[in-house]
Amino acid sequence: MKRAFKAVVVGVSSGGLEALKILVPGLRKDLSVPVLIVQHLSPQADSYLALRLDEVSGLKVKEAEDKEFLQAGVAYVAPPDYHLLVEPDGSLSLSVDPKVNFSRPSVDVLFETASDAFGAALIGVVLTGANQDGAKGLARIKRRGGLAVVQSPESALADAMPRAALESTNVDHVLPLREIAPFLNNLLIGPSHANTD
Amino acid sequence: MNVHPETERIELRLLLEAIYLKYGYDFRNYSMAHLKRRAEYRLSLSGLASISQLQHAVLHDEKMFLIFLQDLSINVSEMFRDPPFYKALRNEILPMLGTYPSFKIWHAGCSAGQEVYSMAILLHEAGMRERGQIYATDFNRAILEQAREAAFPLAQLKDYTTKYQQAGGENSFADYYAADDERALLCSFLKERIFFSEHNLVTDGVFGEMHLIVCRNVLIYFDRELQDRVVGLFVDSLCPGGFLCLGSKESLKFSRHAEKFEVVREKEKIYRKRRDA
Ligand SMILES: C[S@@+](CC[C@H](N)C(=O)[O-])C[C@H]1O[C@@H](n2cnc3c(N)ncnc32)[C@H](O)[C@@H]1O
Repeated sequence: MKRAFKAVVVGVSSGGLEALKILVPGLRKDLSVPVLIVQHLSPQADSYLALRLDEVSGLKVKEAEDKEFLQAGVAYVAPPDYHLLVEPDGSLSLSVDPKVNFSRPSVDVLFETASDAFGAALIGVVLTGANQDGAKGLARIKRRGGLAVVQSPESALADAMPRAALESTNVDHVLPLREIAPFLNNLLIGPSHANTD
Repeated sequence: MNVHPETERIELRLLLEAIYLKYGYDFRNYSMAHLKRRAEYRLSLSGLASISQLQHAVLHDEKMFLIFLQDLSINVSEMFRDPPFYKALRNEILPMLGTYPSFKIWHAGCSAGQEVYSMAILLHEAGMRERGQIYATDFNRAILEQAREAAFPLAQLKDYTTKYQQAGGENSFADYYAADDERALLCSFLKERIFFSEHNLVTDGVFGEMHLIVCRNVLIYFDRELQDRVVGLFVDSLCPGGFLCLGSKESLKFSRHAEKFEVVREKEKIYRKRRDA
């Protein structure tokens, strides 16, 4: 039986640009849920990441805006220097609260608030990174009955973040980077038919 | 413990109601995700097991309320944060403001004054300081005390100096402070035309006939309904043609007051109240 998921959250740090350029374009544009992404960036970074990913993806990719409502088939990227939070009503909030795990945006902040909003209907994905961010958040997603996916440390440019996530909770799927998008497509839409995108 | 999110939301609502009834601070239309995180932060530090216990503690112990009030008031700020914004103020807005014989500026949610003193420096460099009156308000009494002191940790000076320069600063930033061992004290002439006072954007009224309102990174903590109310307060507090400046990730896009403003600088979030609004 297909489980009814309502959102995917993705956390990624060093090595993230390369990883996201593989993950996001691999997602099908008829994905039935929104995707929320926290990539650690310097506070001075501009909004280039969302634009760049949008150019190379079928899925629409945009920078998250304060108080906008989530839409299926759209990927939202947290803006540099703001935390991204999910409200219980499915809208987004930004905040300039102090850094969490030395990061703003922080993966834990996104994962924990999304877990509060979506409970068991949430998929958390932790990718490459050289810190511990995301571990606490992924543990909460699991505690609430959601699904935990982690990039296999061997396939990660920086393996500390996937390892910390694996230690924090009983992760459901450990996958090489290139298999994560097909896995999500299959889980959310079903097996792909020949020649459809 | 694994409390159901829906149960936690009920506990959170009861906590906010308790705070409102007992202390008059109204957080009921703040971002729920934000409030929940702040409550969890306080729980983790205080050893309380649930939001209901925090509610009990806040109701029965005013000290606990004051601590939680600090948690809820996020005072993160910087001087010359978002340099392109200050550059736009300097090059485009101040010259227009300068056409008035005298003018009033309101910094709403001013935190420890970093923005207010950045503005004072801009006005000083434009030779306009004497003609302007700045009102700087926040609902947090403790942070206003700090703002009046105008002392900032030395560790922040490097960042402030860089941003001052990126914002088109003409002098040496070091001209504006004297440093002791730990802190940089801003020169007192910068404080001359600034009034600091307590004002709560949720429960207090209009601040009348401002030429420029700066309210950055405050609205993001409010839900849509409260954002609308507060923007309405700004509409009523601005003179026709007055300017409104929001934070770099805030906009009037989702506001029902949007049509009362024209966009002056899209990226820098500078708006102007229409003369017929
Ligand atoms: C994140 S800080 C922003 C400081 C500064 N404007 C900046 O952008 O750097 C938010 C400020 O809003 C204040 N604040 C929050 N709720 C408020 C309210 N209801 N009325 C007035 N000030 C409020 C907080 O105390 C805090 O100082």
